[in-house]
Amino acid sequence: MFFEVLTGFITELRLAGVPVSMVESIDAMRAVEHVSLRDRSALKAALGATLVKNVRDAEAFEVAFEVYFAYDRTIPDGGDPATSPESAPSPPMSASLQGMVGDALRAGDTDLLRALARLAVSRYAGMEPGRPVGGLYYVYRTLRAIDLDALAAEAVEAGLTQLEERLLREEIDARLEEFRREVEAEVRRRLVADRGREAVAETLRRTPLLDRDLMHATRAELEAVERAIRPLTRRLTARLARKRKLHSRGRLDFRKTMRSSLATGGVPVEPRFRRLRPSKPDVVLLCDVSGSMATFARFMLQFVYAMSTQFSRIRAYAFIDGIDEVTSYFGPGVDFETAMRRLGDEARVVAFDGHSDYGHALERFWEVRGLTPKTTVIVTGDARTNYRDPRPEVLAGIAEEAKAVYWLNPEPKRFWNTGDSVIRVYEPYCRDVVEVRTLRQLESFVEEVI
Amino acid sequence: MQEFAFPSPSVVADRLRERRYLADDRIAQVVFLADRLGKPILVEGPAGVGKTELAKSLAGVLERRLVRLQCYEGLDESKALYEWNYKKQLLRIQADDGRPWNELEADIFSDEFLLTRPLLEAILAPEPVVLLIDEIDRVEVETEALLLEVLSEFQVTIPELGTLQAASVPLVVLTSNNTRELSEALKRRCLFLHLDYPSADREREILLTKVPGLEAALADEIAKLVRSIRSLPLKKAPSISESIDWARTLLALGVRTVDSATIEDTAHVLLKYQADIDKVLADL
Ligand SMILES: Nc1ncnc2c1ncn2[C@@H]1O[C@H](COP(=O)(O)OP(=O)(O)OP(=O)(O)O)[C@@H](O)[C@H]1O
Ligand SMILES: [Mg+2]
Repeated sequence: MFFEVLTGFITELRLAGVPVSMVESIDAMRAVEHVSLRDRSALKAALGATLVKNVRDAEAFEVAFEVYFAYDRTIPDGGDPATSPESAPSPPMSASLQGMVGDALRAGDTDLLRALARLAVSRYAGMEPGRPVGGLYYVYRTLRAIDLDALAAEAVEAGLTQLEERLLREEIDARLEEFRREVEAEVRRRLVADRGREAVAETLRRTPLLDRDLMHATRAELEAVERAIRPLTRRLTARLARKRKLHSRGRLDFRKTMRSSLATGGVPVEPRFRRLRPSKPDVVLLCDVSGSMATFARFMLQFVYAMSTQFSRIRAYAFIDGIDEVTSYFGPGVDFETAMRRLGDEARVVAFDGHSDYGHALERFWEVRGLTPKTTVIVTGDARTNYRDPRPEVLAGIAEEAKAVYWLNPEPKRFWNTGDSVIRVYEPYCRDVVEVRTLRQLESFVEEVI
Repeated sequence: MQEFAFPSPSVVADRLRERRYLADDRIAQVVFLADRLGKPILVEGPAGVGKTELAKSLAGVLERRLVRLQCYEGLDESKALYEWNYKKQLLRIQADDGRPWNELEADIFSDEFLLTRPLLEAILAPEPVVLLIDEIDRVEVETEALLLEVLSEFQVTIPELGTLQAASVPLVVLTSNNTRELSEALKRRCLFLHLDYPSADREREILLTKVPGLEAALADEIAKLVRSIRSLPLKKAPSISESIDWARTLLALGVRTVDSATIEDTAHVLLKYQADIDKVLADL
């Protein structure tokens, strides 16, 4: 029985994109022989250490583990005696569940908070067996019944210094987050009891962070993606630096080799190589910052500036129907958020009505361009130009002066050239037009071009 | 009967605590399993979260010698595994001029002329050791291959001598700051342990064990402040060692409760970049 659950779990991990090898699944089976199967945290540690070798996959592991190894218990209708708060040490009880959560919050009693979260689900989620509703719906119903924001506000006492208040708020947020997580976990457990593990796992399976579509991500997902940028660029930078070093060793320098061989009696023991001057690219970014493109521009700028050591020079322009240089906002040591705020407040990107006009923006860029045969121009945008004249000849001129033009389009390829998308007219002047909707695609583009 | 070092994970945690290393459940579990399964632990995480310290503390707990291989770019076989002492070999060849080559060869490629480096040393040690392979992500991916035989078979093959089997199984800890992806082959051989900054509660406990004389209330305040500071987008978030340093500083200054002025005066202990200091001061 347990063995079957474990193989199901491993299959689920693989389906969620976690690469689990044969050897690792055998290790997992060996490891669980050393833990008590009733000890969930021990089981989780054993499986995590043997099956998941990349933090990137931690989230997928969490979800799959919750589904496959939820507490095994039958869930009665309504109340939940096994874990009801009566079994927890009781502080002075308030009359309502809301009040009880508030008390537990102030007391910092996390066990009690978790028990109350389970109780809240059984009372408010209104879960009905067999109803084909996703877990989020029930989580929402439960949390709607309890006003966590109000509780958080109440829990902050008066008369604190600003600093004390901030720390208290963060502490309360952390506890409430725990409450929310327990609500989600409880909903999941009940869904599993109702529909079985596989069905629930399938509805919960999520695209790995690196592959998430940036255009359609929720705010929480975007924040997670942003957090992933820094380690990603750090690794990429290290990789590129190493690559550059390898390539810096040029062809054999015959003269030098012979000269140095004099020291060893004319035997050329150590070949000498010509040094190549590894060239770092000079890039100009042209970012469409209208509407939904702004999200993508933000990622692009963050990504490129996080890797600024890998470029000899970066210039950035933002455009909608007008264009403005924003390079100075991102100077060394300037905080990214501050730069983005200035981009929003100060950059003059609107010339007429604030609807994208690629033709006009390109034309204005042409007037100030400053391109050399070493410059790589990267345009980001969907090339939706509101049926205005796209002026492809301007891009042709840019391409001629620069080393190359690349176009990153964050729209799915199948939507290109539909409606007012005119990507096809620009394509002939680009070294490459690439679909970049995810962090992984962005990473591989940067790696290839540099 | 195989002998195990720990009867249970909670004993791992208790013994580490005696050495003033606070392990959470997961750390204790993974160490326990590493001992049971005879597998290396790959500890990954940001700077200063106690990766290296874990290996050192384990050596202390087990009363074993710590053999450390510090990795760096360019590390090679001759520094990681072994090297022939060719000067000594040359001398021997010169001294024994006239002996037939095959005799001489057998002689100069023997233990006597072998310079052992950390990996071989760990394998040959008569008593089991703790082998710490620190910052493995700094070596080139090709160099990782040198480790594979040691990590899975606990043996080293030297062409001139044959395969040397471990006299005792070492407990191996590898650490990585995750500056590059490690090879799948290496990861497959290890138990994986990701360490992150601790929760405020655990950090408070760490501060209390590491900084004698620190009041619980102050430790609590420091832990929460550090958590708050880590949530800001900084160039370099404060590590555990930095929060320990900060706690020591505050204790030495006789601070009872931390206010903005104190933070302003002591932020340089916690943060290494002026830009980060400015950001924190502006934000708090
Ligand atoms: N769990 C812990 N219990 C007690 N002390 C700890 C713990 N974790 C970290 N420390 C303290 O933090 C300091 C830094 O830890 P350590 O040097 O092991 O970090 P590291 O993760 O190896 O960092 P780096 O990547 O910079 O090498 C240690 O000297 C120790 O005092
Ligand atoms: Mg270290």
